Amino acid sequence: MKTSKKKNINFILGISVISVMALFILCGKILPLRDPNAIDASLKFASPSLKHPFGCDNFGREILSRVMEGSFSTFLIALGTVFIGTFFGIIIGALTGYFGGVVDEVLMRINDAIFAFPSILLALLFISLLGPGTYQVVIALGIAFIPSFARIVRGEFLKNRNMDYVKCAKLLGASDLRIMVIHILPNTLKVLLNSVLIGFNNAVLAEASMSFLGIGVQPPDPSLGRMLSEAQAYLFKAPNYALFPGLAIILMVLGFGLLSDSFEK
Amino acid sequence: MKKTTLRVLLFMLMIPVLAVALCGCSGDKKGKGSSIVVGIPQDLEDSLDPHKVEAAGTKEVLFNIFEGLIKPDSNGDFIPAVAQSYEVSDDALTYTFTLRDGVKFHDGSTVTAEDVKYSIDRCADASGGSPLVAAYSNIKDTQIDGNNFIVHLNDPDTEFLAYMTTAIIPQNNKNPDTNPIGTGPYMFVSRSPQENFIVKKFDDYYDKERAAHIENVTFKVIGNMDTVAMELQSGAIDLLPRIPIAQADLLDTKDFTILEETMNLVQALYLNNAEAPFDNVKVRQALCYAIDPQEIMLFVSDGKGTEIGSSMFPAFSKYFMEELNHTYDQDIEKAKQLLSEAGYPDGFSFDITVASNYTQHVDTAQVLADEFDKIGVTANIKLVEWDSWLSDVYNNRQFQSTVVGVDASSLTASALLQRFTSDSSKNFINYSNAAYDEAFKKALAATDDGEKTKYYKECERILSEDAANVYIQDLPEFVAISNKFTGYEFYPLYVQDMAKVRLAE
Repeated sequence: MKTSKKKNINFILGISVISVMALFILCGKILPLRDPNAIDASLKFASPSLKHPFGCDNFGREILSRVMEGSFSTFLIALGTVFIGTFFGIIIGALTGYFGGVVDEVLMRINDAIFAFPSILLALLFISLLGPGTYQVVIALGIAFIPSFARIVRGEFLKNRNMDYVKCAKLLGASDLRIMVIHILPNTLKVLLNSVLIGFNNAVLAEASMSFLGIGVQPPDPSLGRMLSEAQAYLFKAPNYALFPGLAIILMVLGFGLLSDSFEK
Repeated sequence: MKKTTLRVLLFMLMIPVLAVALCGCSGDKKGKGSSIVVGIPQDLEDSLDPHKVEAAGTKEVLFNIFEGLIKPDSNGDFIPAVAQSYEVSDDALTYTFTLRDGVKFHDGSTVTAEDVKYSIDRCADASGGSPLVAAYSNIKDTQIDGNNFIVHLNDPDTEFLAYMTTAIIPQNNKNPDTNPIGTGPYMFVSRSPQENFIVKKFDDYYDKERAAHIENVTFKVIGNMDTVAMELQSGAIDLLPRIPIAQADLLDTKDFTILEETMNLVQALYLNNAEAPFDNVKVRQALCYAIDPQEIMLFVSDGKGTEIGSSMFPAFSKYFMEELNHTYDQDIEKAKQLLSEAGYPDGFSFDITVASNYTQHVDTAQVLADEFDKIGVTANIKLVEWDSWLSDVYNNRQFQSTVVGVDASSLTASALLQRFTSDSSKNFINYSNAAYDEAFKKALAATDDGEKTKYYKECERILSEDAANVYIQDLPEFVAISNKFTGYEFYPLYVQDMAKVRLAE
């Protein structure tokens, strides 16, 4: 009773934080703010003011519009990453979990091998092959995220394939594809949703780390990680430069974290 | 049981460590046992062979290990090194060097005239295409005459002395790539990739006056220049050349002194002249009209720095042409007009490849992108690691444009200008201009100093008017040095002379 109430609060908090972030990103798209990449020597390190609520960076670019734009690109990258990860994760997980046998062995051993590398390292490897850039980061992170999704989906399929409702469907002559998509997949959604939310969080952080290392979003375009990495040099001179993108990352991760908490069993 | 063994082991390890540490305390009179850590922005990746090294960042470190017959000093003059004196014939065709007695290599062997001949001949060997030192194609032959080493030239060259700084290396060193042996004030100890490069004082250095003061020098590769102030303040680094100005501002003046000079680099947006759209002179000129070096300096280095208009920096006062700074003053309309004449009325899009470890170049690229945006040209910045920059951009010339600083490897104008002759192996921008080649050839051939200068200036003017590159500035250089040390000297070349640095009183 008590715990479900707590879950409820988590859910409400999570949704509100996400809504605030969504609204924030939306504002950046709708409001006629300054071009996030426009430089202006007279505004170099301008402190926060009414006109520039978050202040300006070392190029006199407005931090507010950059955080908005940066949150948007970070969000998109995380979304793309999770999409690639889930899509291929479901396919691999479903096939291996449902059919088992040799395919399962081979695919899962490959999966294990990929899993053995830290996902950032793996993404770095792909980046060195693909070159730096936004799309490349989405692909690299997406591939790095596949194994964890595949593993989760496989587990669920494995559990479900021997259940009575699947056996019934088989007796009724349903095809394997139909059983997988129509019958088993909806039953994995609950677990999947949770891991998607956690995956999303990891993707936000991974994007930030990649951009921080200078291989994600390329300058002058902002992303939250990129901004943090640039702000690093001026940590003492202009703390607001690092503060606001940092806050945006915290809020985004917090929102989805709370939400995934509330969905837990 | 296991723990005790470990303790005993640790204790045993401690004894020699303590002994060494105590030694260091007692003999601290003339810098004995002293050590300094110098921050460098990149690893010494290309080669440790002084004749083959390309990267300026490697050369500046190897300067401490190797010496030529003569070597440059901090005023831009030449002082005798392995040679004790030299003589140039009146027709500038014969250079005679008298070798110094008792000069030793770091491995203990004595430098012989054969080693000198081997080193010079190795760099003059043209069997692999062009010689390692391009100017050595002018050498007719080299000759040993007792204690003298004589170089005969094909064509008269009054500037040839500047190239005799070529490192003298022992003939019998089998692995010059990884085991550098020279005659300099410091000798090689070890290199850890991506970490450090360690040298120690060479005790048998022939000149006690110029010998090193500090016993051990560690060149530490700095991963992230943006947090370097903390590393300096914590004592992990004692000396840092080229500290970003934002970091220099953070240092406590009680502990550190900030020295200022220019870097002696030609910073420019280097354009691949062989590839469209930069094979069109009008496009290149349009880019030149689009930018304002003063604005770039304002963003990149708080307005410090020196504007340049061609491949020459102000330290070469004899050749530097200030008027070329104004070949292209910012003019957006003119730039747009040139673009439409070139067939790009709506602009175009191109990549600027920048090595991510150089904050100044990355920042410059960002300002450039903004300035190009105003003439409708989209510049996409691509950050790459230094080693991929070196292989893709510099060696394989697979790039559209790049922001980088080019240094002079010797104290001559041709060190900067030879690069742009059509057949130069260092011509990474693929520049090709018959008039330029002609002017450069004449400059080399001239024996009269005035005439030589005239032709070099002609070369500079062609580069500027042809808009070979978008010239920006000679960057300001700030050096942070711990107040425990003193004596740091700036050179008109890209070098770090650690032998001059000593402990402060």
